[in-house]
Amino acid sequence: MTNEAFETPNLLLALPEIWLLAMACVVLVVDLFSNDRDHGPAFWLTQVTLLGGIIITVSTQWGVDATTFSGTYVADSLGALLKIGILVLAFLGFAYSRDYMRDRGILKGEYYMLGLFAVLGMMVTVSAGNLLSLYLGVELMSLSLYALVAIDRDSSRASEAAMKYFVLGALASGMLLYGMSMLYGVTGTLDLGEITAAAAELDDRRFLFLFGLVFMMVGVAFKFGAVPFHMWVPDVYHGAPTPVTLMIATASKVAAVGLFLRLIGEGLLPLLESWQHMVVLLAVLSLLIGNTVALVQTNIKRMLAYSTFNHVGFILMGFVAGTPEGYAASVFYALTYAFTVAATFGVVLLLARKGFEADHITDLKGLNDRSPLFAFVVLILMISLTGIPGTVGFYAKWMVLKSVVEAGFVWLAVLAVIGAVVGAFYYLRLVRYCYFDKAEGEGPQPTGSGGFQAVLAANGLLVLVAGIFPGTLVAVCLAAFL
Amino acid sequence: MLENYLPILLFIIVGLGVGVVLLAAGFILGPRKPSEEKLSPYECGFEAFEDSRMRFDVRYYLVAILFIIFDLEIAFLFPWAIVLDEIGLFGFASMGVFLAILLIGFLYEWKKGALEWE
Repeated sequence: MTNEAFETPNLLLALPEIWLLAMACVVLVVDLFSNDRDHGPAFWLTQVTLLGGIIITVSTQWGVDATTFSGTYVADSLGALLKIGILVLAFLGFAYSRDYMRDRGILKGEYYMLGLFAVLGMMVTVSAGNLLSLYLGVELMSLSLYALVAIDRDSSRASEAAMKYFVLGALASGMLLYGMSMLYGVTGTLDLGEITAAAAELDDRRFLFLFGLVFMMVGVAFKFGAVPFHMWVPDVYHGAPTPVTLMIATASKVAAVGLFLRLIGEGLLPLLESWQHMVVLLAVLSLLIGNTVALVQTNIKRMLAYSTFNHVGFILMGFVAGTPEGYAASVFYALTYAFTVAATFGVVLLLARKGFEADHITDLKGLNDRSPLFAFVVLILMISLTGIPGTVGFYAKWMVLKSVVEAGFVWLAVLAVIGAVVGAFYYLRLVRYCYFDKAEGEGPQPTGSGGFQAVLAANGLLVLVAGIFPGTLVAVCLAAFL
Repeated sequence: MLENYLPILLFIIVGLGVGVVLLAAGFILGPRKPSEEKLSPYECGFEAFEDSRMRFDVRYYLVAILFIIFDLEIAFLFPWAIVLDEIGLFGFASMGVFLAILLIGFLYEWKKGALEWE
């Protein structure tokens, strides 16, 4: 090796991650030495960390396009947008979960610490400019989430879910790593920019390149929970404590979008015609399985797990075109979907109380009599998830379908619309329970502190507002790619 | 490109072949006259003293994990110390951060009582 002068990396560019890591350590130490049984200091410090992370990300990374740490870390608008989404979703997740975790005796300092490390992993993933930093981020996220799923150690269902998640997740990570090793073998570099350049001038090594691509696609599809790599999703959603399910269903989906865009969407864009059909296949299978199986689910968490496939299908459809508009549509879809689902899990957490999970669809019966506000929130969320015009879910679907039609896959758009219509059944069924059915027994009772209720109501109303004025968010998503 | 791997393929085939053939030869050609004495378990020629499936404390694992962490720390510290002149203040600060993170982990483990033996 030549004796090059060592270049000190620009630490300022990676300030959001540095802040999060430092604060995660602070949270750990503070919680260690605090005697508060409710872990109040850890909770508040975590929320301050996440809010501070949002401010730092906006001020240091939005509109920037630079790399640091020898190209392994990319600071750009796309990363900034996804990071802000992840941080806000984590903030909501922690805000909704405090009472639930306390009632079940699993409110531990580790919950906040592992949550922060999972968020840190997601942030590293969406800012990766190198296969190594990408994999590092994915693993940090995954390992933290495996442990979070199992945080309720005495629940056999949670342990089972964690074990399944861990074993299948390790397999998927192996696939991802194997594909990456193929890419490294062909190009001799780990830098995503150089890999993109190498992919553009393909020669006789094309075969090995595609081999690696297939393996990486499997790994990424697993992290998305796209059919046919979806086996873990329903069991993990059902078995994990609801706040952890919220984290997996929202923030980690946004991170998976970042993973796909960095690794395949932008990294291997020259191979578009090769991966386009794989993505189409994943999207079609996800739409079919998701909608049909969700119809018969009676557990809200399982129903949301299966309906996730439907939405993952839509997100993947945005990637099909391989254009900035398509990618922007996917990011818009993922962000709005995640916010809507975060509020949906928030309602489940609101109605849950000691010894009662409120995760059966009939548990929502008569919610309008008990709490008109939150019945209205459920109404907004469900019609948005269905994609009825005037809601943010409609704009998201419309943007994705537009990009797919422009890419020439009209049949795919038709299939997706049929799927959305089928989806209306199981989403609107919840609305019917809230408004037109009488409560059985005690019925749903909103519990939880005033702060929790205020944040949840704001979350629901923001979904409504975003549906009426989607322009700003659309413009932000487009700006991240141009 | 792929033909470069031919020697490795040959090595795998020959390795597998030798292993399988030797085992099979012993299995097929060896004389076998089992008796009760031959089949009974023994330790160093004596009758078995006790059940070998004994339990041992899960805390051994914690100590083992701690050992690996600090063992690796030393493995990083040696090369770092040798090139300290060249990597300058940034290298020094980087190792400081690394040690601080390890220290926090150690603090956590200690405070949680993982090191209490009784």
